[in-house]
Amino acid sequence: MHGGNDSHSSPSPSPSPADRRINALVRHLQGSPLDAADPCLAAAPTSAAQISVFDHVVRAPEDPILGVTVAYNKDPSPVKLNLGVGAYRTEEGKPLVLNVVRKAEQMLVNDRSRVKEYLPIVGLADFNKLSAKLILGADSPAIQDNRVTTVQCLSGTGSLRVGAEFLARHYHQHTIYIPQPTWGNHVKIFGLAGLAVKTYRYYDPATRGLNFRGLLEDLGSAPSGAIVLLHACAHNPTGVDPTAQEWEQIRQLMRLKALLPFFDSAYQGFASGNLDADAQSIRMFVRDGGECLVAQSYAKNMGLYGERVGALSMVCRSADVASRVESQLKLVIRPMYSNPPIHGASIVATILKDRAMFQEWEVELKAMADRIISMRKQLFDALRSRGTPGDWSHIIKQIGMFTFTGLNSTQVAFMTKEYHIYLTSDGRISMAGLSSRTVPHLADAIHAAVTKAA
Amino acid sequence: MAHLIRAGSSCRLASSGAARSMSTAWWRHVEPAAKDPILGVTEAFLADPSPAKVNVGVGAYRDDNGKPVVLECVREAERRIAGNSNMEYLPMGGSVNMVQETLKLAYGEDSDLIKDKRIAAVQALSGTGACRLFADFQKRFSPDSQIYIPVPTWSNHHNIWRDAHVPQRTFHYYHPESKGLDFAGLMDDVKNAPNGSFFLLHACAHNPTGVDPTEEQWKEISNQFKVKGHFALFDMAYQGFASGDPERDAKSIRIFLEDGHLIGCAQSYAKNMGLYGQRVGCLSVVCEDDKQAVAVKSQLQQLARPMYSNPPVHGALIVSTILSDPDLKKLWLKEVKGMADRIIGMRTALKQNLEKLGSPLSWEHITKQIGMFCYSGMTPEQVDRLTNEFHIYMTRNGRISMAGVTTGNVGYLANAIHEVTKSG
Repeated sequence: MHGGNDSHSSPSPSPSPADRRINALVRHLQGSPLDAADPCLAAAPTSAAQISVFDHVVRAPEDPILGVTVAYNKDPSPVKLNLGVGAYRTEEGKPLVLNVVRKAEQMLVNDRSRVKEYLPIVGLADFNKLSAKLILGADSPAIQDNRVTTVQCLSGTGSLRVGAEFLARHYHQHTIYIPQPTWGNHVKIFGLAGLAVKTYRYYDPATRGLNFRGLLEDLGSAPSGAIVLLHACAHNPTGVDPTAQEWEQIRQLMRLKALLPFFDSAYQGFASGNLDADAQSIRMFVRDGGECLVAQSYAKNMGLYGERVGALSMVCRSADVASRVESQLKLVIRPMYSNPPIHGASIVATILKDRAMFQEWEVELKAMADRIISMRKQLFDALRSRGTPGDWSHIIKQIGMFTFTGLNSTQVAFMTKEYHIYLTSDGRISMAGLSSRTVPHLADAIHAAVTKAA
Repeated sequence: MAHLIRAGSSCRLASSGAARSMSTAWWRHVEPAAKDPILGVTEAFLADPSPAKVNVGVGAYRDDNGKPVVLECVREAERRIAGNSNMEYLPMGGSVNMVQETLKLAYGEDSDLIKDKRIAAVQALSGTGACRLFADFQKRFSPDSQIYIPVPTWSNHHNIWRDAHVPQRTFHYYHPESKGLDFAGLMDDVKNAPNGSFFLLHACAHNPTGVDPTEEQWKEISNQFKVKGHFALFDMAYQGFASGDPERDAKSIRIFLEDGHLIGCAQSYAKNMGLYGQRVGCLSVVCEDDKQAVAVKSQLQQLARPMYSNPPVHGALIVSTILSDPDLKKLWLKEVKGMADRIIGMRTALKQNLEKLGSPLSWEHITKQIGMFCYSGMTPEQVDRLTNEFHIYMTRNGRISMAGVTTGNVGYLANAIHEVTKSG
C-alpha cells in the first residue's frame, strides 16, 4: 500500500485511479480528532462508506433497437447502412428538421416576451386542445361535448406510460392485450405501470399480412373490459394495417365485449401522407360514442424526436368524468416529472394554430410519406429485377416507416456481417433510412441472404 | 366470425347499447383528486381578480417588477441553437456533454471521481425526474430499503417515493421554536436508523424552510453517516441560488465526498438557469469503479426507457452551450449571483419592514434562512387570512417564496403579515 499522499519523495507521475483510491483509504485510516473520540469509527474505519450499496447491480442489456445504432456507429465500412431506428432520413441520408418547424422555432426565439416558466402539470393548454382536434377531428362531437381530456406528455412513450399508470390505479381490469409483434418498449411500459400483458395474434408470417381471424379470435376470448392496445396506423414493426372494413369489425367486437381501446398514434400523416385518413381508425371508435385512450406522438410527423412532444387523450362518457379523470392524471404526472417540457409543445402549437403554417406542414409531411412510398417501390422493383426468390409484394403493401421483411435473425446477422447493413434482428427495416442510392446495396444484401443464408 | 359479419347492423346497435351501459360504469368511481398544494396556489392566484394580489407561492424567480426572467446567457444560447441543430433523439442517458458539465458543477471541476469515470450519470427531467429515477432504481436494486425524508420537505418528495413503492420514514430537521435546525433531533435519528439506511438530504437552501446545517454540522452528519454506513442522496435544486456562489452551495456534497461517501445526487437547472419549463436536470450515483458506473448507468437507462424513452434535447442544449463556453459561463455566474443577491436583499427588507411596524415577534429567521424560501412560522389559519383578506398567496405551511417579493410589494406584504400575527 502506498502512502502517496504525504510522501516526501521526489514528484511521482500523476497518480492512477487505483492510487487515488488507495490514497483516500489511507487518509481515512490515518485518523482524525473525531476518530479518537468515537470508538465506533475506529472499529469500522472505512468499509461501510466505501462499498457501494449497488455493488450487485449487473449491466443491463443494450436496448435492441437503439443498440443497432450503437453498433452501426462503430462500423468503419464506407458502405454501411443504418436501417434500425425509426427516424426519418432525407434522400441524402441526413436527419431532417422541417422548414415549418425551423420557422416556428425562430418565431419563438425572437419573441422576447416568451418566458420559460413551468407549464401546468397537464402541459400547454393550446397544444392540448389543438392535439385533440388533430387526432379526433375538429368537428368531433366528443370534443364539442367537452368529453375529452388531453394532457401533454413526453412523446408517445410518456403518453402510453401515463395512461397505463392511470388504468392500473383506476380501471377495474389490469390486463392489456398487445399485438404480436409490437414495438419492443410497449411491454416494458405497461409492465412497469403495473398492468399484466397478454398478446393477441396480429402478424401472419405466411402472408406477411394481417392474421385477421386470429386477431378476432383472441380479442373475442379476452375477458370483458380488458384493455386492448391498437396501433392507429402504420403498425410498428410490421407496417401491416387492417383495412377500413376490418377496423369496423374490430370496433364492433370490442364494443360488444366492452374491451377498452388504447390507441398508439405515432405516425399520423406519415403513413398515407394524409392526416385525416391516418386517424380514421380512432375516429371510427369515437363516433360510436364509446370511451377510449389515445397516445399521440409528434416525434416522426413533425420531426420533433428529441423534443419529446406528445399527448394523451382520454375520451370519456361525460364532461364531468373527463374533468375528474384529468385531476387524477395530474397525480400520476406530478411524481414522475412535475410538468412537461415546454419547447416542443410550443413549436407544435405555433404550427397547428396558424393556417398557413399548418398547410406548409401538411406539404412537408406528405413529401416525407411520399419518399418512403417511393423507396418501397424501388426496393420491390430491385428485388424483382434480381429474381430474388419469394413474394416481396408485402414491401409495397405494408405502410409507414417500417417493413417487416420476413428475414430471420440468421439472415439479418449475415446482412450485417457481409454487407454492413444494420437492422433489428426481427427483420424490420426502416424505409426512412433508404435512398435511391442505397436501395441496390440493400437489394443485393437481401438477395444474398435469401439465397445463401438459412 | 361469419356471424359477426352477417349480423352487421343489428350487432352495431346492440354493441353500442351494450357499450353505453358498460362504459358508463368505468370511471364513475373516480374521485376528483386533491389539488397539488403548491401548484394549486398559483392556479388560485391566477383566478383572483384583485389588483393588489401577490403571489409568494411557487418557487419561481421573479425580478423586482414581479416578472419572470429569462437569463441573457440563456437567450444567447438559444439564438445559437435555433436553426443549427437537428432534433434527433438523444441517447437514453441524455446529452453526454450536458451531463459532463453538470457533474463538474456538483463534484468539482477537477474531481477525481469524474476523471476516474466512477460516476453513473444520466440526464433527467429536472429535479423531480432525477429523484424519481433514483427512487425507481432504489426500489429495483435495494428492494428492502426505505427512504428517510426530512420534516418538513418539498411535498412532492413524498409522492415520488410513494409512487416508486419505496416505504418512507422521516427524520427530524426543522426546529419550530428556534425556526432553525433541530440538529440534536437530526443526529439522533441518523444514529437510530438501521445501518445502511437511505437518506434524502437537501444539499443547500432547504425547501421549504431555508434552514441549512452549518459546515461544522455537515461534517458531523457526514461522520455519523460513515459510522452507520448510510446512503446519502442529495437533492440539489438551488446550487448558486442560495449564496450566489455555486462552489459554496455544493459544500455539503464536497464534505461527504471528502469523507469517501458513495453518494447520489439529483441536480436541477430549473431555478439557477431559469429553465423551469424545459425540465433539465441530472441524476448521478457515485460508484466504486468505472465498471460499476457503466452497469449502474445502464440500469438507470432501463428505467428511463419505459417512462419517456429519452430526455428532451432543447434544455440540454441550452445548458451545454452555456457551460462549455467560458464567456457564457461567466455571464451565467454573474446572473445567478444577481438573482441570489436580490433575494437576500428582499429578506433584509422584509425583516426591517416587520420590525418597523413594531411586530412583537422575532423575525430573525427571515435573514438567517437561505435560498428561495422563508419558513415564516405562520399557521395555516394565518395564511388563510392572508389570502382571504389581503390576496396574498402562499402555501399553507407558511412558506414564503422570497423570489415573489419585490420592493414594490414588500411593504404591503409586511403589513399583512403583521396584521395576522400581531396578536401572537
